[in-house]
Amino acid sequence: MPEVWIPVSLQRLTGGEGRVQASGSTIRQVIDSLDRQFPGIKARLCEDGQIMDGIAVIVDGEDTALGILEKVSPDSEIHFLQAIGGGCL
Amino acid sequence: MLEYKPNIILTGEEYKVLGTNPLRHDATDKVTGRARFGADIQMPGLLSGKLLRSPHPHAIINSIDVTEALNLEGVKAIVTSKDFPETSDKVSDVPEGELRNIGFLSANCLAREKALYKGHAIAAVAATSPEIAEEALSLIKVDYEVLQPVLNATDAMKSDAPALHDRLMTVTQMMGPGGTKDEDGGQSTNVGKTFVMRLGDPEEGFNNADLIIEREFKTVAVHQGYIEPHTSTAFWGPDNKLTIWSSSQGQFAVREQTAKIVGLPISQVKAVPMEIGGGFGGKLTVYVEPVAAVLSRKSGQPVKVTMSRTEVFIGSGPTSGTQIKVKIGATKEGKITAAQAHLVYEAGAFPGSPVAGGARCMFAPYEIPNAEIEAVDVVINAPKVAAYRAPGAPAAAFAVEQVVDEISQQLGIDPIEFRLTNASKEGTRQTSGPTFGPIGNIQVLEAAKQHPHYHSDLGGPNRGRGVASGYWGNGGGPASAIASVHPDGRVSLIEGSPDIGGTRTTAAMQFAEVLGIPPEDVNPSVGDTDSIGFTSPTGGSSVTFKTGWACYTAALDVKRQMIDRAARIWEVEVDQVEYTDGALHHKSDPELKLSFQDLAAKLNSTGGPIVGRATIDERRTGPAFAHHIVDVEVDPGTGKVSIIRYTAIQDVGKAIHPTYVEGQIQGGVVQGIGWALNEEYAITPDGHMMNSNFLDYRMPTSLDLPMIDTVIVEVTHPGHPFGVRGVAELPLVPPMAAIANAIHNATGLRMTELPMAPPKVLERLLSK
Repeated sequence: MPEVWIPVSLQRLTGGEGRVQASGSTIRQVIDSLDRQFPGIKARLCEDGQIMDGIAVIVDGEDTALGILEKVSPDSEIHFLQAIGGGCL
Repeated sequence: MLEYKPNIILTGEEYKVLGTNPLRHDATDKVTGRARFGADIQMPGLLSGKLLRSPHPHAIINSIDVTEALNLEGVKAIVTSKDFPETSDKVSDVPEGELRNIGFLSANCLAREKALYKGHAIAAVAATSPEIAEEALSLIKVDYEVLQPVLNATDAMKSDAPALHDRLMTVTQMMGPGGTKDEDGGQSTNVGKTFVMRLGDPEEGFNNADLIIEREFKTVAVHQGYIEPHTSTAFWGPDNKLTIWSSSQGQFAVREQTAKIVGLPISQVKAVPMEIGGGFGGKLTVYVEPVAAVLSRKSGQPVKVTMSRTEVFIGSGPTSGTQIKVKIGATKEGKITAAQAHLVYEAGAFPGSPVAGGARCMFAPYEIPNAEIEAVDVVINAPKVAAYRAPGAPAAAFAVEQVVDEISQQLGIDPIEFRLTNASKEGTRQTSGPTFGPIGNIQVLEAAKQHPHYHSDLGGPNRGRGVASGYWGNGGGPASAIASVHPDGRVSLIEGSPDIGGTRTTAAMQFAEVLGIPPEDVNPSVGDTDSIGFTSPTGGSSVTFKTGWACYTAALDVKRQMIDRAARIWEVEVDQVEYTDGALHHKSDPELKLSFQDLAAKLNSTGGPIVGRATIDERRTGPAFAHHIVDVEVDPGTGKVSIIRYTAIQDVGKAIHPTYVEGQIQGGVVQGIGWALNEEYAITPDGHMMNSNFLDYRMPTSLDLPMIDTVIVEVTHPGHPFGVRGVAELPLVPPMAAIANAIHNATGLRMTELPMAPPKVLERLLSK
């Protein structure tokens, strides 16, 4: 089952857990699984069904392009990070 | 241990085109003055646009009276923010992913209810001459209610500080810059965002340290200093279609941002990229494009708006001023056990500083098991910041690399050896969480350790040597390319990345490599938004990576079609044809052979032209590291710091065009030297910039500098067809720290504030 590293700012939703297991073969499924376990977390990660702007989804150490459609494997490690921006509005 | 060589190539791959230095395709146009930059646009009926800017850093705009100005002969239109549609100030996404808050962006182009910095555009005039437009500006009457400004983050975060925005929302969750709340209520704030990253157990890590160093650092706003000012010409036709000619780092960003601000469907806007005279991150955001557009709509004529140099300084986007605390602990054997940082970045008048870049990059050169970073984004009454080469990372490196230097000194360990002991490598977990793939940090440090510069004599008194590391993740994103094969065997290659650093040529080289043709036979150009598929902006050191990849893929498409065509002409199966060394061969019949040029000549009579195309969206980028060595001489009488010798070592992945790579590295170092020693927004207590010209805003010239030596280390990126990582931003990360460390080595003084200008250095020398 993929392992999700929970951002510090969202760990209050996971009872302080920094790493949790979440089932799914895509980021969408993983987030749905997270939300079932920790209600409210999806609203912190997604808006209008997409990954919220300003969040970078990192799977197995690599930046990803497909957002919620990105495929993950059972042993994937998933991070949601602050996207690096240049100070755009 | 690596033996020193001028450039260190660790890949065994041999190429015919890549790694050579062909003449740039735009060389003749550039050196003869034929190249057309943004301000070169001329057309019948073209009006001159000028902007009225706020004289106050913080003021309510009660009213704007344009009556008298409109009556001036030659004035064709006057616009204010009322000519833009109302747009939401809420954080939002848009389809092409470049914007986060259209309301803020709109209000930055023309102020709405408040002027938020001195120089904030208030109104604009289009007239038949620039002189008439200037005169009209003086006739516009603005009734301001002047407010107390907040000019730095310290003041802005005080509980009784005046709030710049009503209802500003402090974002503490995982999202972009703050927006405004839907409803009134609660106390307004100047803090747009805070976030924390944590790895391991920092407290335990510090408990295990034998030595802990904690220091505070401060940097002030600097400007990218691109030579060409912002300029835009717009024509809003009677068919409600808008065409914009401008100098930017992304024609698609111009199209998208302008369409949103002026309220047109994106397909009604065409953005034409002109040649660009430097950007460095500062031309990713629109300033004058939407203003020129609504002036054109109102006047019915094309309008050109070009900033003066002073307007560029006070009305575009510098980088953040910062306050950074860094604490690092290490064992007496030189192993880092824990690190902690607190970053406060000034965003300017609207939320959205590059603090995430600083936070994610600052500890990346090191393997640190326990770390915590807290980051804060603060609005102040200053121009909204913009990107500047490796946004966020240089200021953070200025802090971290000095603390690392101090620890290695106190432990009596060579600073490069200390870094090697703690160097991040493949598998290292970053403070942000993810682990690194294959990276060249250690190879770069080994190259630095072996470099003759590091072992040379300083050659005189009052001299010192400093070193510093730097990291940048490099960027990717969507990119497109279209290649048309001509009957004479040459190829027109249209791609979507405005060419700032020679990327037309690096794109053409990657295309040519696939097809085995000379790069000179490829004619690359940058398409407008109607001519090429979406391509994300020229930023993040991404273009040679992503657009090169698109051109590589388009070349594969051409190659496949050429094979199909040869098979048709030879009346054989496709699998009997192979393409090698720029020619098509039948696998078993040596008589059947066509060069690329031979086949190109036959295309129109054998099935029509061949056009290769590609779109990609690739984010698996290649992180990169640099290490810089610098010698300085500090004049004990004046405090002036002179750069005596400078060597920059960097892993770039495969260097497609090595002399461009060297030029990018040298340019970044020079900007870093300016940032380190002289450059700053000198602001009076009432928010006025005292040095808004290139005479007083002191950037280095060739007379101030030695030759910048470069060492290109090629640890290829396995995620790219040719191993490209990226070059352009990383060279600006280490210089300020390396120079500070050199000043310490020369004088014993630890300089914790930028710039390290003569008055500051002299003051510290005199107080020793």
